[in-house]
Amino acid sequence: MLTTEEKYQIDHEISLVPTPKNACIEALKIVQHSHGWVSDESLKDVADYVGMSTAELDSVATFYNLIFRRPVGRHVILLCDSISCYVMGYEDIRNKLFEKLSIKYGQTTADGRFTLLPNCCLGTCDCAPALMIDNDLYRNLTVEQLDEILMKYT
Amino acid sequence: MATIYIDNKPYDVKAGKNLLEACLSLGLDLPYFCYHPAMGSIGACRQCAVKVYRDENDTKGKLFMSCMEQVREGMRVSIADLEAKEFRAHIIGWLMTNHPHDCAVCDEGGSCHLQDMTVMTGHNYRQYRFDKRTYINQYLGPFLNHEMNRCIQCYRCVRYYKDYAGGKDLDVFAAHNHLYFGRAEDGVLESEFSGNLAEVCPTGVFTDKTLKQHYTRKWDLTSAPSVCHHCSLGCNTIAGERYGTIRNITNRYNGEVNGYFLCDRGRFGYEFVNSAGRVRMPLVRQMLPEATDKYTALKATASALKAGRVIGIGSPRASLESNYVLRKLVGEDNFHHGVSDTSHDLVDLALNILSEGSAPTPTLQETEQCDAVFILGEDLTNTAPLMALAVRQSVRQKPMLEQVSKANIPVWQDAAARALIQSEQGPLFMAHYTPTKLDELATKTYFNAPDDIARLGFAVANLIHPDSPEVRGISEEDQALAQQIADALMQANKPLVISGTSSGNERVLKAAANISHALIAREKAASISLVVPECNSMGLALMGGHKLESAFEAVLNDYADTVIILENDLFRRASTARVTQFLDRCEQVIVLDHLHNATTEKADILLPVGAFSEADGTLINNEGRAQRFFQVHATPEEIQESWHWLAELGTIMADEQISSWQGYDDIVKALTDEIPALRSIKKAAPTSDFRIAGQKIPREPHRFSGRTSMLANINVSEPKPPQDPDSPLSYTMEGYRGQPPSSAIPFFWSPGWNSVQATNKYQQEVGGHLKGGDPGVRLIEPIGTAPFSVAVPQAFIPLEGHLYMLPLHHTFGSEELSNQAAAIRERIPEPYVTINATDAQRMKLSEGQLLSFSIEGQVYQLPIKLSQIIPSGAAGMPNGLPGVPFAELPAWAILNRDIKWKKQPQTTF
Amino acid sequence: MEKPLTQHIVPGRKPLNLQEYEKVGGYQSVRKVLKEMTPQEVQTLVKDSNLRGRGGAGFNTGLKWSFVPMGDDAATPKYLVANADEMEPGTFKDRVLLEGNPHQLIEGMIVSAYAIQASISYVFMRWAYKLAAKEITQAIHEAYDAGYLGKNILGSGFDLEMHLHTGVGRYMCGEETALLNALEGKRANPRAKPPFPQVSGLFGKPTIVNNVETLCNIPHIINKGAEWFKKLGLTEDAGTKLYGVSGRVKTPGCWELPMGTTIRELLEVHAGGMQDGYLFKGLLPGGASTDFLVEEHLDLPMDYPSIQNAGSRMGTGTMIILDDQTCPVGFVHNLQHFFAQESCGFCTPCREGLPWVEKILLALDRGEGKPEHLLTLDFHTKYLGPGNTFCALAPGAMEPLQSALKYFREDFERHIHEHHCPWSKTTAWQPST
Repeated sequence: MLTTEEKYQIDHEISLVPTPKNACIEALKIVQHSHGWVSDESLKDVADYVGMSTAELDSVATFYNLIFRRPVGRHVILLCDSISCYVMGYEDIRNKLFEKLSIKYGQTTADGRFTLLPNCCLGTCDCAPALMIDNDLYRNLTVEQLDEILMKYT
Repeated sequence: MATIYIDNKPYDVKAGKNLLEACLSLGLDLPYFCYHPAMGSIGACRQCAVKVYRDENDTKGKLFMSCMEQVREGMRVSIADLEAKEFRAHIIGWLMTNHPHDCAVCDEGGSCHLQDMTVMTGHNYRQYRFDKRTYINQYLGPFLNHEMNRCIQCYRCVRYYKDYAGGKDLDVFAAHNHLYFGRAEDGVLESEFSGNLAEVCPTGVFTDKTLKQHYTRKWDLTSAPSVCHHCSLGCNTIAGERYGTIRNITNRYNGEVNGYFLCDRGRFGYEFVNSAGRVRMPLVRQMLPEATDKYTALKATASALKAGRVIGIGSPRASLESNYVLRKLVGEDNFHHGVSDTSHDLVDLALNILSEGSAPTPTLQETEQCDAVFILGEDLTNTAPLMALAVRQSVRQKPMLEQVSKANIPVWQDAAARALIQSEQGPLFMAHYTPTKLDELATKTYFNAPDDIARLGFAVANLIHPDSPEVRGISEEDQALAQQIADALMQANKPLVISGTSSGNERVLKAAANISHALIAREKAASISLVVPECNSMGLALMGGHKLESAFEAVLNDYADTVIILENDLFRRASTARVTQFLDRCEQVIVLDHLHNATTEKADILLPVGAFSEADGTLINNEGRAQRFFQVHATPEEIQESWHWLAELGTIMADEQISSWQGYDDIVKALTDEIPALRSIKKAAPTSDFRIAGQKIPREPHRFSGRTSMLANINVSEPKPPQDPDSPLSYTMEGYRGQPPSSAIPFFWSPGWNSVQATNKYQQEVGGHLKGGDPGVRLIEPIGTAPFSVAVPQAFIPLEGHLYMLPLHHTFGSEELSNQAAAIRERIPEPYVTINATDAQRMKLSEGQLLSFSIEGQVYQLPIKLSQIIPSGAAGMPNGLPGVPFAELPAWAILNRDIKWKKQPQTTF
Repeated sequence: MEKPLTQHIVPGRKPLNLQEYEKVGGYQSVRKVLKEMTPQEVQTLVKDSNLRGRGGAGFNTGLKWSFVPMGDDAATPKYLVANADEMEPGTFKDRVLLEGNPHQLIEGMIVSAYAIQASISYVFMRWAYKLAAKEITQAIHEAYDAGYLGKNILGSGFDLEMHLHTGVGRYMCGEETALLNALEGKRANPRAKPPFPQVSGLFGKPTIVNNVETLCNIPHIINKGAEWFKKLGLTEDAGTKLYGVSGRVKTPGCWELPMGTTIRELLEVHAGGMQDGYLFKGLLPGGASTDFLVEEHLDLPMDYPSIQNAGSRMGTGTMIILDDQTCPVGFVHNLQHFFAQESCGFCTPCREGLPWVEKILLALDRGEGKPEHLLTLDFHTKYLGPGNTFCALAPGAMEPLQSALKYFREDFERHIHEHHCPWSKTTAWQPST
């Protein structure tokens, strides 16, 4: 079930576009914002609300890599794996994260704290390597900083 | 026209087309995947690349996708260019990086567009040496098999299913090379047109699941041109047989009727032919054993006929020829239509409107081109599915005409056209008593009782032309809607009114006729399309005959004592009590049919007849088009067409005319000589003596295998091939290898084109008419003599203690024959009765509870479905569903509030 | 040296708010065009300034606008979209403008919308730019409050709505027609051209999509004229350009410099030269989808024609440096992985070809390469060209590959003959799962 607040926000997005369908990505974002991901049930709720079929909406949802159709941890780590970070040795960061969190890409830590995902370019190539946790951007990363950074997220 | 140069040869091609269409229409081989003539171009697969040169001095040229390039005067193109060829081969190479090497076990093998295109491009050796991606397949219901690993991501399936057919539950998921085409989760595909995916898919992702159960390669099928028997539209089909069973139905392109598509009832309904319920031996009840041979049965029948006073009951699901020979045998005065009296009158009225009215009736292809549609009292998706599919295209006409052409976007630029017109749709108005699947496209929907639908229709007609009577006492709201509809129809270039017999209300038909008449009077290029109940309802109406009730009376009043019932289950035509009374009263009941049913149970003599695939005949569809269907394979002598049985009986009984007939052609000749309205049916197909270069048209491809050994387990000596005296088709692979006349195409094949895409080669231009004209002959043209009808009904008034029971139709469940097909049976809904939710509240009834009511003495006990839509005081009940006894609907149902339903044996579900 | 775009941007400080921005001359161009200029005049002025699209294609902006149907019978509403998707790896220039001076973009958008008579505008911003999204949202609010957005702007009768749309990933969204599909709530597949967005764009209506940097130039052109703008450039290309350098250089960053500044100056002066212990091997001049340039090209001016003549493209003007200690095969493999992942899957060559290329490069990286693999790479570079694929993604992917095969072929061959990656320091680059 969509909450009143979610409906209110979706209604606002719908008011800006010619047909409710056109607001479907915004609606998915709203739902993901409150649940962390888009479950099958949420997908169906959104689909009904904007007048799309589940298949039609899932077609859109699964196209975009930042609509999560599987549960994620409380915090999502997006590690840039693109070219500047590659040149600047992001792989050390990656390996350290694998080791510290005991997960690989696409997995969530056993305590549900982190999900680790690779990400293409965070647009901060002059400060490579970089990663984002939730809305926070970390640049000029070194392996040594990771403990301190991860500690901030519970 | 434009002149273009392809590999330095000049060709005249139609301007405005895309280059791929132009090349294919010229008969040139150019490979493609994502383009489809019915759906246009999107430029996704990149398979149809050609070199295009700036001018004659340009020697380098540049690769272009021919499907995305509009033909320009003087254009210089090369298909043979080495770079273009290499690129096209690489496209296959890329597709093959993931396509499995499973042709040998793939159902598509041998009729696979991907195979054909692979051979065409010359891609022979795989360079790719890495792993292929694999997918998990889905359960998609009883009709289609899903094998995603074979997918080449051409997007045709989703473009067809979603964009063209309006399906909601199939889409493309994910991105890059993880694309997945399927449903959001496992489950039955909801669209009534899902089966076309098997033909739309260029390879074996979606394949016919019913075929899989008795699989045969296309090249091993004995096939013949057929006509669908499962509704009144007469879609052209190809039926394929091996070892005496029908293996599949595929589309037979007819540019004016079904085009490239069939509905699922038409594609999967065929399995009744193979069902255990078939009548395979003659039965003479007074003998023991009852099953007997052909000659004994003929003798018994002949003596029964000689002894009795005989009447005949024809059938709208039997061919014209069979009905005619019955009429001949029993005499015109004793020939009755085997349909309910309401249906009889309604089809007569429909015929009258089409022949004496002023508006022509459109082909399905013309229906797609109409730019404003008003549908009165017809749930097309359930009564005439392909017409619903045509209407789905028609709502795109107005934006296509107004916006797309204005923006200079060619109509075949499918994605661009859709991006431009977005969700805008042309006018479509729906007036019905329950929701229909087309409602989602409607500009406005109007839900009310049939009489009120008629009143709305009359109001529209009156607004268009004052000579059409006005409707008194109409509400302001309805009048405003009538005005909106009238305006939309008047503003359109090609307005279309659609109605039909399925709501059982003649006023609705008359209102529809008045609207079309009014539009014509205002000099609009209007047309009217009417749906009738069955595949040969219109043929029966054109032939004429008495009503069923008069047959009953003839026997009950002792004017007759013997009846011949032709391919008809009378228990679907009149109440159980009435039919039982009638049959019990007959001295001799002689039934000809191919499936056992309640009527055959009552037969004293039962003669097994050929189903559509074992018979030659002519049907007349709802537009008055006579179309010939051909026997697919030879049958044992006990199974033959009804007209064959009846003609043999006539001969035994020394009927002078019947005795003189030598075969099918003579029957057609007698029929056309005798009935002027049917004079043209002989033009529907060539006669049996037609030959090309002295040869017959083979039903089997030249690669047909096992001819000499198919029956070797029974007898090692090869049997003599069966002969077909009734048609120009041969039962073997011998015969003329070129293209047959358009009405007699047993399968589509052309060198290098083994899949159904070979259809291109049979068309005058790709997606256009078949060479030699599309099959079928129109028998009806409007003469415009009918005046405006003045039969404006009163508004519907509910009746205390009653519900006005309206018929509800189901694609799967309402049609007699397809109900016997295993796959279709899985899709038939449970019986129910729909009542208005407010009424239910008042009567303290809830969803799922059993409602007891009776109609004309027939007691029903059905679980309730609540509807916000169905008018108060009315109710709906599924028509023709197994387990729901017949009632002539609409009718007033008496509510039996206190009935002890367990004591009522009549309810059979 | 004039730096119109970044003059009011101070790294680490909050951007100017509306009052502060107005105080330094902000929104003057809006007042000017609404009062003194017809849309046609604005279009002509911008065309004359020779401003070329800063998103990478380098098409004349005023000319692009001129294809929008004008007049009373033109379809409405018309749309203007600022492309702030900036997802080209190695590119981070628009971020500077978005975070540093959001009002400059809004001002540019109002003037541009006026020029094509658009009444609705969008900023389509990539999801990762959280700070920029915050600043732009704030600035849009301020602009509405001050009457620069909304109905009847400054009493001129001109209306403009502005919305921020943040994306949910996919590089494809940077392609203007795919961006429009994303804005419509659809899969971001590209659309066929023609019809061009100017005729049938967002929601089927006339639409202009311009890059952020392009739009930020507009107010200055209006205020100071076409001639002034042209003179900013050192070569025939006009204006200043936000150049950037990333990789193993001493001071990577982004700088506004006159169009036509040489690569060498960027690399050695602004980026401080290579880090100690690293030697220059090559560079991608304008993002991941441009051809390598090497030593011999360092004195070229960074402008559209010069870089094009050298066989590459200026693209976004933000260069990525390949150093001698990074394996060129691994470098290209990383890029091809990116492109294969970001292919939308619409057309065959891109969808199937890029993963194949990626797999070959992985095999090379692992020392499992075979001589015939290079031939396969060659045919991909030949056939994944513009026009052969549906959009420019795969051709863009082939640019670094084809030039790497040209300049560093020996390195590819060594991987095959030595059966391992010669850059011991760099292990095989593992694709993400």
